[in-house]
Amino acid sequence: MEHIRLPKVDNVRLLDRISPRRSRVGTLYLTATHTIFVENEAGVRNETWVLHSLVCSLEKQAATASGSSLLIHCKNFQVLNFVIPRERECHDVHLSLQRLSQPERPDELYCFSYKPNIDAEERRPEWDFLDLRADYRRMGLPNSLWKLSSVNQHYKVSDTYPADLFVPESATPPVIVGSSKFRSRGRFPTLSYYSKENHAAICRSSQPLSGFSARCLEDEQMLEAILRSNPHSDFMYVVDTRPKLNAIANRAAGKGYENEDNYSNIKFQFIGIENIHVMRNSQQKMMEVCELRSPSMSDFLEGLESSGWLKHIKAVLDAGIFIAKAVAEEGVSVLVHCSDGWDRTTQVCSVACVLLDPHYRTLRGLMVLIEKDWISFGHKFSHRCNHLQGDPKEVSPVIDQFLECVWQLMEQFPCAFEFNARFLITIHSHIYSCQYGNFIGNNQRERTELGLREKTHSLWSYLWMNRADYINPLYRPDHSQTQGLLRPSTAPYCFKFWRALYNRFDRGMHPRQSVEDYLSAIQEETQQLKEQLASHKQKIAQLEQEQEWSVPQKAVPFDKSPTGWTFCNDMANTPQDYTGGFFTSSPCQPRAPITLQTEESNKTSKSILSNGSDQESGIADVSCRSPLSEDSTRDPDSDEAAYSAS
Amino acid sequence: MEFSEYIKTANVEDVVLRQPLHPPGRGTLCITGHHLLFSDREEGSCQQVLLLLRNIDAIEKSVENLLTCSGLFSNAGLSQRLDIMLSGSSGTITIKCKDLRVLQLDIPGMEECLNIARSIETLSCLDSMSELYPFFYRPSNASLRDQWGLSSLERHYSQMKELHDRWRLSTVNRDFSVCPSYPQAVIVPKSTDDDMLEKVAKFRQGGRFPVLCYYHKKNGMVIMRSSQPLTGANRKRCREDEQLLQAVIDGSDKGYIIDTRSSQQALQARMTGGGLESKSCYSSWKRLQRQMERGKALQESLIKLVEACEDESNNMDRWLSKLENSKWLSHVQTALSTAGLLAECVERDGHSVLVHGSEGTDSTLLISTLAQLIMDPSCRTLEGFLTLLEREWVQAGHPFQQRCAHSAHSHARLQQESPVFLLLLDCVWQLWRQFPLALGFSEALLLRLATEAYASDYGTFLGNNQQERCALGVKENTHCLFQALLRPRERDCYSNPLYEHTELAIWPSVHPQSLQLWRGFFLRWTPQTHHLEEAQEEIRNMVIEWGKLALSSCPAST
Repeated sequence: MEHIRLPKVDNVRLLDRISPRRSRVGTLYLTATHTIFVENEAGVRNETWVLHSLVCSLEKQAATASGSSLLIHCKNFQVLNFVIPRERECHDVHLSLQRLSQPERPDELYCFSYKPNIDAEERRPEWDFLDLRADYRRMGLPNSLWKLSSVNQHYKVSDTYPADLFVPESATPPVIVGSSKFRSRGRFPTLSYYSKENHAAICRSSQPLSGFSARCLEDEQMLEAILRSNPHSDFMYVVDTRPKLNAIANRAAGKGYENEDNYSNIKFQFIGIENIHVMRNSQQKMMEVCELRSPSMSDFLEGLESSGWLKHIKAVLDAGIFIAKAVAEEGVSVLVHCSDGWDRTTQVCSVACVLLDPHYRTLRGLMVLIEKDWISFGHKFSHRCNHLQGDPKEVSPVIDQFLECVWQLMEQFPCAFEFNARFLITIHSHIYSCQYGNFIGNNQRERTELGLREKTHSLWSYLWMNRADYINPLYRPDHSQTQGLLRPSTAPYCFKFWRALYNRFDRGMHPRQSVEDYLSAIQEETQQLKEQLASHKQKIAQLEQEQEWSVPQKAVPFDKSPTGWTFCNDMANTPQDYTGGFFTSSPCQPRAPITLQTEESNKTSKSILSNGSDQESGIADVSCRSPLSEDSTRDPDSDEAAYSAS
Repeated sequence: MEFSEYIKTANVEDVVLRQPLHPPGRGTLCITGHHLLFSDREEGSCQQVLLLLRNIDAIEKSVENLLTCSGLFSNAGLSQRLDIMLSGSSGTITIKCKDLRVLQLDIPGMEECLNIARSIETLSCLDSMSELYPFFYRPSNASLRDQWGLSSLERHYSQMKELHDRWRLSTVNRDFSVCPSYPQAVIVPKSTDDDMLEKVAKFRQGGRFPVLCYYHKKNGMVIMRSSQPLTGANRKRCREDEQLLQAVIDGSDKGYIIDTRSSQQALQARMTGGGLESKSCYSSWKRLQRQMERGKALQESLIKLVEACEDESNNMDRWLSKLENSKWLSHVQTALSTAGLLAECVERDGHSVLVHGSEGTDSTLLISTLAQLIMDPSCRTLEGFLTLLEREWVQAGHPFQQRCAHSAHSHARLQQESPVFLLLLDCVWQLWRQFPLALGFSEALLLRLATEAYASDYGTFLGNNQQERCALGVKENTHCLFQALLRPRERDCYSNPLYEHTELAIWPSVHPQSLQLWRGFFLRWTPQTHHLEEAQEEIRNMVIEWGKLALSSCPAST
């Protein structure tokens, strides 16, 4: 609270990003956790809530006659432009937000203040919801080939690895420790995924400290042990996910990559995925394109191309496919690494898992996968997502790329995933929101020290409780698309721009009716009808038994419209809001016709018309549920939710 | 005329056919006057391909040494056949279809190969319309006496009672002498008589005087369409034209003219006898210039896009740059936003609008059709949409014969080809994507129409206008596509299971982020598209199951 210089500012304007002339006037409140904009309009109470931890950057622009403008970019790709009447007030809001959005200490993070009055005992089931050991058991581990090693208990061997690790049966502690000394950050080769059908495994590590000529016997033995754990195979792949040039450059620093001559029976392979800095810049460029006010088709496509974003997504997916095919089709084990083994390695291993194992295409499976390959193996969420004030060069959208790869796959295989895109988008925003403890810290050791299990809530159990919202109605576990290895195409034309994520808050851009919501409603109703039918049949049987010949009770006539319908009709109407107003809560009201200006004012009229179908795109009115934007910024359970008007 | 003179080799055995989504097959190839027939004699499968020769856009032939390609058939049964074939040379014909399918035929015997190629080249682009397949197609489930077409302007007018006050049906064009590309009946303001119309026709290119194309019931505003006025360099006027347009506005303050050319293009048109409605002569009308690509440029755009889709370099930058460079999506964006503008003028601002470009047979029809889909719920059903196409494209005289003579693969010199109709279908698909519940037809219908416009068993898209169709006796001698699409089985396939009527206008978003490549058409023959079709099938099944249960839960009352 001490950071809030000004809790309330009146007469603030919230500009519409796409057509700045449309704006809303209201009051801006700063609370300990949120920025809240309440529109002053008779009748409807429109609120916009922005979580401080989602604020990514703040820009104060030069003051004009109408006030000072404050531009807020959020990590969930929301962009808000406030105009604050007085320069002084804008300055205060700016400074307050700057401090509030960049906590210095972990205990200032939102997760520690989110629903705090619940004791550790009650929190335990939330955290026990996902059990990584159960997933390894599902893979068939431990078995005669792979064992659970206690070598990293208390994080003694590698402080960024989890305590529990699977290693080849023949790998002795001296071999493991020796190998870890030859790998960056001690991240020795360890198991990520095991295919019980053919014994092939995906292992992961960091780069070897080979320099120009260094060798390490234990490391060579470690790889040998991995190879031997796959009895049907006489070689293994070692995949370095970096571009070759980057790997060679690392050799000068005493790091590098495996020399095929020193390791027996390995096939070494580079897969050029660019580093975190390239990815950060690429996403930034793409977001600039997404935020263009009214780009032409060419502006957009050229911008998308020059950002390189889809090229990088394709590279990650291509790498995942290479590994998945090696495991499933060739039955060959793969060791994957990059430099530190926590960014590209993580992406590629988890993409391969999604391709390989239908389990990871279920709701629970994807959560387990993120828990396993990302959280437990020490993807540096705090640094990459900039949870705390830190080095901007450490920030990178590595996890965004993984989620997008999954989305691209869903677009190619609409029946193969149990979850929908909303699930991915919800996970995305909570990775950045700091509302749950899952993504706090950079590794398991840090998380244990922070006591997250005792002091915060787990996203996974929240998602599971609300799973009805995240089910893909087209999921068919028995469909031919769904079985075994997914074989996506990575022809460039298969990749799409993910509008629902990157332009999530530009409502006017999205389809106005949702097939998915409609199908979910149908699915639910079909289920009800089936039950009803069954109970009718039972009743009839009963009646027949009782030798009664009266007419069976008349069924309640079913409204032939599924529940999603009214909502869909509302959606169809929204685009009529071309020039005025925002998405109000009663879009069915007939709108007063807007008279087109005549010649006197035709300059303005022309510019309205020049974007004939330019959509108004409001900042999501949080009181209105949108199919594509769950409101991470205002959780209904949060204490502040009482503030919301409904 | 005998087709046989073009067919030197009618049958070839042991031909290998490679086509997308199927494994290669070996069988017999047969060429007839209108078809290429392939039947596979492999054990356990009976793959048959019947391809309308008219569907073939281009062929490429090459003669290959068989020894080098024998690796493809490594199983024992086939290798025995190889030595029979080794006795002669062979050739390969690559067939590129107007529906973007690419087939490859390996034909034993160089001479046979060349004969087949020559036959295909000749028979796929016969000049004489009366020799085209629709005049020979006699399906067993239909009779030539069945109703032809869905509606006529006469019927349309008589159904629209609200028109009768101010509008009349004119048959001034009953013998096509006033406007060769118009139908025999048109709807015009009641106050304009036929003599006036004849004078106006002389003042408009190709005689396409302003006629009513849409009446907006909610506010009585209308969309008119025409061709450009022939003002020429010395700015001729035509009083009757001005009166006709004045009669359209009748009392309301103002109308809009949407000219689908840039101001510069419109001004330049004066040099060649065309022109635009000047402010001084048409004071109640306000002109809006919205440049839309047409003609050759549009055809080239299609060619570039198809080329980009067939690029196998697997390079993202290259793909995006080629996609951008083709400009196809820009044309989609322009068409949808111009149609949005038109609909906005009518529906939201309450003004009547006249639409024209130069000839009034292409972009004019494109945006008037899209605007009607946006505003008018009755156009969004399966029948409604087909009726709209019949009225606004077939009867209104879009020159299908010229525009769809060739598609993206043809090496022939471009003449009048232009994929305006395909652009329309693409725009409709974009609407369908944005409003998946609001349109009563499926993507499959759009794909079918895209194929039929270029090569068809039916007479619907034959000729360039009603006059030509009358002269050919299309109605009497061919079957009607639109009727065929509405038969029960077809209807099941071409209707949208999710459709629910809505009275509201469906305003499309035209942000670049909202528009997508129509993969279903441009990448139709890839396995990825096949996955999406399976998903559509699942959707259909879900709705059917739900529908059955919903029905059975309401037992017939006694």
